[in-house]
Amino acid sequence: MIKMQQKKLTLILIAIGINFSLADTKSTPSLGQEATPEEIAILDISVFPDGEGLPEGEGGVHEGEKIYQSKCISCHGEYGLGNSADQLAGAEMGLTGEYPEKTIGNYWPYATTLFDFIRRSKPMATPGTLSDNQVYSITAYLLYLNNLIGKDDRMNAVTLVGVKMPNQNGFINIYEAETGSQ
Amino acid sequence: MDYKDDRYLKKNQVADNGLLDRRLFLKRGLQFGVITTLTSTASLTSAKENQNTSQNKSSDSTRAHKSEKSFSTYGLPSKFEDNVLRYPSQNEAVPGNGVSWTPLHLMEGAITPNGLHFERHHNGVPQIDPKKHRLLIHGLVKKDLIFTIDDLLRYPLQSKTCFIECGGNSNAGWNSQPSMAEAGYFNGMVSCSEWTGVALSVLLEEVGLDKKAKWLIAEGADAFAMQVSIPIKKALDDAFLGLYQNGERIRPENGYPVRLVVPGWEGVLNVKWLHRIKLSNRPVMARNETSRYTELQPSGKARMFTFAMEAKSLITSPSAHMLLKQSGLYQITGLAWSGNGKIRKVEVSADDGNSWAEAELQEPVLDRAFTRFRIPWHWNGKPTILKSRATDETGYVQPERQELVKERGRQGFFHYNAIINWHIDSDGFVSHVYDKDATKKTNSNIDSDWD
Repeated sequence: MIKMQQKKLTLILIAIGINFSLADTKSTPSLGQEATPEEIAILDISVFPDGEGLPEGEGGVHEGEKIYQSKCISCHGEYGLGNSADQLAGAEMGLTGEYPEKTIGNYWPYATTLFDFIRRSKPMATPGTLSDNQVYSITAYLLYLNNLIGKDDRMNAVTLVGVKMPNQNGFINIYEAETGSQ
Repeated sequence: MDYKDDRYLKKNQVADNGLLDRRLFLKRGLQFGVITTLTSTASLTSAKENQNTSQNKSSDSTRAHKSEKSFSTYGLPSKFEDNVLRYPSQNEAVPGNGVSWTPLHLMEGAITPNGLHFERHHNGVPQIDPKKHRLLIHGLVKKDLIFTIDDLLRYPLQSKTCFIECGGNSNAGWNSQPSMAEAGYFNGMVSCSEWTGVALSVLLEEVGLDKKAKWLIAEGADAFAMQVSIPIKKALDDAFLGLYQNGERIRPENGYPVRLVVPGWEGVLNVKWLHRIKLSNRPVMARNETSRYTELQPSGKARMFTFAMEAKSLITSPSAHMLLKQSGLYQITGLAWSGNGKIRKVEVSADDGNSWAEAELQEPVLDRAFTRFRIPWHWNGKPTILKSRATDETGYVQPERQELVKERGRQGFFHYNAIINWHIDSDGFVSHVYDKDATKKTNSNIDSDWD
């Protein structure tokens, strides 16, 4: 009889113990340290089509041309016509011919992508070393080469978002079409 | 029993031109006559030569007579296997930008050894000290959190065997002329490993997803700072942070100390050297989801966010550049995989697609993993074409090249998964051909419409 009571008591204690442990601990370790806004600001270099992520600063075609000639021309060629790396401008064949040319002007859907990509990945030998003003300038030069802005237009967080890319509607979102998700 | 016997062939043939019952090897073991395989031919010859020079047991040169160096801290392949190598192809102006191909045609089984896993780097392999590496998860979350690698290693780990395939794998297939490279050196931007790591859903639970979070933007710590957008649904479903590859920590060229693994989806999404995840309500429209990794169609519109790698198969032996030394019994073997689930069946044709037989699938057949297939074949010594065709569990059937090109044109660059043809000439030499064009006078080559 005593034995049975002891058993019962043990079971009750075990049950209480389980309840305590469920209440007190999470099922995953929760080891992450909260990041400060300053830490995030250094790391977050993503730029979205609506301009989210674009920094302060400004640059123009003339400065951009100079930087392009010292840092980009060896791979992308004069006037962005291509060399060992992609042709960036001067498409003559369009997208539907037998030999389509995909350039910034006739293929890229968003101008903001240029800023994001140049800032994070270019130049290939020393990526991440250009100032924001330099990135705006190269972006402006490339848009100018593609006849998308004028020679005296300046690119910044406001004007860059306003550049309408001709092929913005040239894409079929397969994920959305197949799943109905956005 | 003579395998050349017509009645024997007739009894066991399951499709025309010598394709035999896939269970034949298993049923009959090695009972029948000569078994000729591509590799065993060579070893049989050398054994015979050795016999001629070995006059007595004490001078048996096929065994060791002294103790050689025994132990090593990290094992390497036999020196006689020094041809089993990745094939690098780099941009000369930017050596960090390029690929190295997995030699699928020299391998068996379904797992890719870590030293042979394909590489695609956009700007080099960073050498990252795991003590200094950090992973930031931020954006549309309740708490922005930073994790160290030691932190991640304390989480519950899970393993999944799955393939990773570059979206540009096999893209030589879009060209007007068939690639003359070995099978792996134009189809080997795909490999299959057992990856072990932390479910992304666990960490997303800890940061607390905002209801508006629909996409995550993943970024690498390499010089390219690779950036891609991935739907949150997939991230919660089966994506994870890979820490181990086939039992050891991920190799630097595969993302050490931590990479994303997004089972079945195109390789570029499996971000290596992962150091930041931003939760967002929309994709970032990065360069590698707009200018690249989109597929231009004949209409001038381009397919975008084509994530899953569709079902594909490839005969790895016999394949291009191999030589069938004599007519007789061979084993056709290859790999099949699908980014949408398990492989349901692989059919093989030994007569240019006129008749097909189901190959034996090596167990276990796993979700989004390499599946090895095999089928015995009696080659009669005459020219013919071998093909394989995969069907996955969704019912999707790997297309012929003509169908794929008809639907998508030839400028898509990515997501090429058509049936691959191996032509065998009367000397037994194997080469890559497109549908019917290289071997028949009645040329129905679709390329004439495109070039």
